[in-house]
Amino acid sequence: MTFTEREPAGSPDAGGTADGAAGDDTYVPSERRIARERHRRGRARRATAVAALSTLVTGVVLYLIVVHAPGWPRTRETFFDAGYAREALPKVLDGLWLNLRLLLVCGIAVLVLGMLIAVARTLRGPVFFPLRVLATAYTDFFRGLPLIITLMIVVLGVPALRLQGVTVDPVLLGGTALTLTYSAYVAEVFRAGIESVHPSQRAAARSLGLTHRQALRHVVLPQAVRRQVPPLLNDLVSLQKDTGLVSIGGAVDAVRAADIIAGRSLNYTPYIVAGLAFVALTIPMTRFTDWVTARMDRRRAQGGNL
Amino acid sequence: MRLDRHALRRAASGATVALLALAVGCAPQPEEKASGSTSATGAGSCAKGALATRTSGRLTIATDQPAYEPWFKDDEPAGGKGFESAVAYAVAERLGYGKDAVVWQSVPFNKAYAPGEKTFDFDINQVSISAERRRAVDFSSGYYDVRQAVIALKGSRAAEAKSIADLKDVTLGAQVGSTSLDYITDVVKPKRQPAAFAKNDQAKSALKNGQVDAVVTDLPTAFYITAAEVTDAKIVGQFEHQGGTPEQFGLVLDKGSALTPCVSSAVDALRKDGTLARLEQQWLSDAVDAPVLT
Repeated sequence: MTFTEREPAGSPDAGGTADGAAGDDTYVPSERRIARERHRRGRARRATAVAALSTLVTGVVLYLIVVHAPGWPRTRETFFDAGYAREALPKVLDGLWLNLRLLLVCGIAVLVLGMLIAVARTLRGPVFFPLRVLATAYTDFFRGLPLIITLMIVVLGVPALRLQGVTVDPVLLGGTALTLTYSAYVAEVFRAGIESVHPSQRAAARSLGLTHRQALRHVVLPQAVRRQVPPLLNDLVSLQKDTGLVSIGGAVDAVRAADIIAGRSLNYTPYIVAGLAFVALTIPMTRFTDWVTARMDRRRAQGGNL
Repeated sequence: MRLDRHALRRAASGATVALLALAVGCAPQPEEKASGSTSATGAGSCAKGALATRTSGRLTIATDQPAYEPWFKDDEPAGGKGFESAVAYAVAERLGYGKDAVVWQSVPFNKAYAPGEKTFDFDINQVSISAERRRAVDFSSGYYDVRQAVIALKGSRAAEAKSIADLKDVTLGAQVGSTSLDYITDVVKPKRQPAAFAKNDQAKSALKNGQVDAVVTDLPTAFYITAAEVTDAKIVGQFEHQGGTPEQFGLVLDKGSALTPCVSSAVDALRKDGTLARLEQQWLSDAVDAPVLT
């Protein structure tokens, strides 16, 4: 897959100044190059300064607009009350633990199920026709059905059937509903990824003697999954926030914990606390995936970017 | 080339400044206007039919949707049937607004206390008065003394409870934002975390499905649920008032509303002349004898 390794991608200027016949003496940059680099550094510093200043000005202006709004004192009291924030934080974190566990379990289930459905949809051959139809119907149905309705049906409707041996735990049922909906989304992401791999890759794999399954496993999926990382992360973040919807069955997650305090005090600060807790979870997740993606890209781009 | 770019940038930054200036100009909304004009009218004057309401000459009353029995009959606040609908019209009458001068509005519970201009004159939605809530909104005098009750499926362990202690081991549920939930956490102190539902409807189906063993609501709602909605459930008992002032429902007004004293005196007058007692008898007469849990 990779190109033969030449020199590492070198300094970006290499092409411009390298006077081929430098021989084996130590490399001395030309006057012109030094001047050019100095100029570039200057420009970069200036750009940073301008960006910082403009950010600062924007920030200050926005702050002043909000703070000088006539309703600000009441807004501050209603949304940013330190006392309620302190009261809410431990309860919100307790609830967040439920969100996190749900995210982990449902996240894994969603990835596995989504991949299976996507593969089922891309299977060729007349034998697999019923499987393809089922997989298509599944994605069409659960992607279309509003999540809240899926949750209502599973969390409140399934126990009403009074089936022996089926749990009535709202968290387990809620997790099932989330998995149903999200695996339909994720299956579509995977399918798009699988179909985005150029047919020549498959043809090349087959011509090397790989079976259809081997080609999928060793050639198509690795390339597909790599392209899927950003949209998959998107779905994961979305799932993380939606885990709170299991509270429909009475379970107390971070948002519902905030609800409880807000309902008693008629103060919205607990919601802000819960919101920030979710954001605090999302940011490291995003940075981590960015890092993973960048690492994969670097590996793929060995031999230089064109 | 260079000049062009500079000019462009200058234009861009000029546009940014203009935009920001525009934002500054637009941002402040005259919240003062309402309170300013009403304070000019003076808090003392409750001239009949001439209050400083949202829409002059009309009284805008809010409640959540759906509106539940026995507080509102058939989810129809404007029908005048059901306890709260009747109270709302009685208060309006007192304030000098006839039936056609009353406009109903649907406002969810957790939006009724948002800061900023209110779209209603008062909200009637089984909201219990508490000192803590007074920090966010104004309350009228109480129009109903509330008692909380426990309901459970007949024949279940929770249904056999005779005391609060018997409820410690069962899974309890209540609607979020209700004092019922506070009764669970503060009075019953159960061993298992109580379930908090967005609406009583979900609490009811969880009770039917056995996802919770018992649900706490106010007594009239409990009577309605057991009589009409979950008929294989029964009222286990009611809680006694927990010290201090009894829990009361009050009408919710904007914080610092000029209407608060007028609405309060209207409610006081209705209590005094027996109207409230009569309406209670008419719409909530069932809610009389349920065993008291101690």
